[in-house]
Amino acid sequence: MTPSSSRLSWLEASARQRLAVLVDPGSFAEFVGPEQRELSPHLGLFDLPEQFDDGIVVGRAALGGAPVLVAAQEGRFMGGAFGEVHGAKLVGLLRSAARQKHDVLILFDTGGVRLQEANAGELAIGEIIRAIVELRRGGNRVIGLIGGRAGCYGGGGLIAGSCSTLIVSEQGRISISGPEVIETNKGVEEFDSRDRALVWRTMGGKHRYLIGGADLFVDDDPAAFREAVEAALRRPARLDLAILEAEQRRLQRRLQRFGGARDGTDVWSILGVGDPAAIPSLATDEFLRQAADCRETADDAR
Amino acid sequence: MERLSYTLNAAAPAKGSRRQAITGVVASGNLEVLAERVLPPDTCTVDIATAAHGFAAVWQAVFSDFAARHQAGGLRLSINDGGARPDTVALRLAQVVRLIEEPEA
Repeated sequence: MTPSSSRLSWLEASARQRLAVLVDPGSFAEFVGPEQRELSPHLGLFDLPEQFDDGIVVGRAALGGAPVLVAAQEGRFMGGAFGEVHGAKLVGLLRSAARQKHDVLILFDTGGVRLQEANAGELAIGEIIRAIVELRRGGNRVIGLIGGRAGCYGGGGLIAGSCSTLIVSEQGRISISGPEVIETNKGVEEFDSRDRALVWRTMGGKHRYLIGGADLFVDDDPAAFREAVEAALRRPARLDLAILEAEQRRLQRRLQRFGGARDGTDVWSILGVGDPAAIPSLATDEFLRQAADCRETADDAR
Repeated sequence: MERLSYTLNAAAPAKGSRRQAITGVVASGNLEVLAERVLPPDTCTVDIATAAHGFAAVWQAVFSDFAARHQAGGLRLSINDGGARPDTVALRLAQVVRLIEEPEA
């Protein structure tokens, strides 16, 4: 039952649905599938329900005939969070990609590390980042797709920052600390997590694209994500000291330029957006047209 | 977790030839159902792990209805449940039988 891609929302779709419509039809072969029942060794201790794939689907597929390895997080199971098995499946996929010299797609949908297995989850984040860097040093790409309900937060945000290219939809959100975490720690005056417009102005897809925190901006549509992945696979796959130093300079410059900003609209104003208040309501085409003139890019770093 | 197991009277074997199918997500009010074609064609078993305790009679009723309406012989069904309502369970069971009937890619 593969839904036609034109009727499927990336935001609404499950991890398995996203994979089915993203890659070449029939090309996906799962590793460590649900029938192997590699369940979380921790959730049972808390009397919490388990999922047969521990919230991540990994495997081999083809895109336009070319082999890729793919991972898709299920944001509705435990908020797509990284536990021991969930993390190990992604580490294994990345190490396998390095051996086989394959590019990797990661379909993020995660709140970060699973609190019930936090130590294992944090270790997994570190192992994943190391595996990504080693894969990229070997000349392969790791492309992140972000447009799920859970966004891409916590350790997921750190992993995203290590990717070669990030593709984001307007619905996508990328950050380390999520809105509720900031409000809990710093107070509602600092960040009102119930203000959804504020959340998207500071962490949403359009904002991340404008400041170079994401590289390609697409509609909430699997066909658009697929087209962007094809473009991302054509980009150079280079990672060396010069690139990292350029990225460090870019981030220092970003802090100087935007360090005093209180809201996304302040940042967009400094970038030179004509009417910052109108950005959230712009359709994709018009947004991309306006963004082209003023957005920061991470092209030197990725 | 409450764990329940049932063996159903399968009137007819499940159609198609796929080895397995999975549908649903373990979330509040939702469940996942894994179907594996591993049993004799006149048998269907169900193993459930559910967060909602004390509903064995309701599960039994949903499966009696399921066995009467669908061809599920040969299927081993495994369920992780996040407290789904009976209508959601019935929907997922119908979906997974439909999925395993589909032609192989």
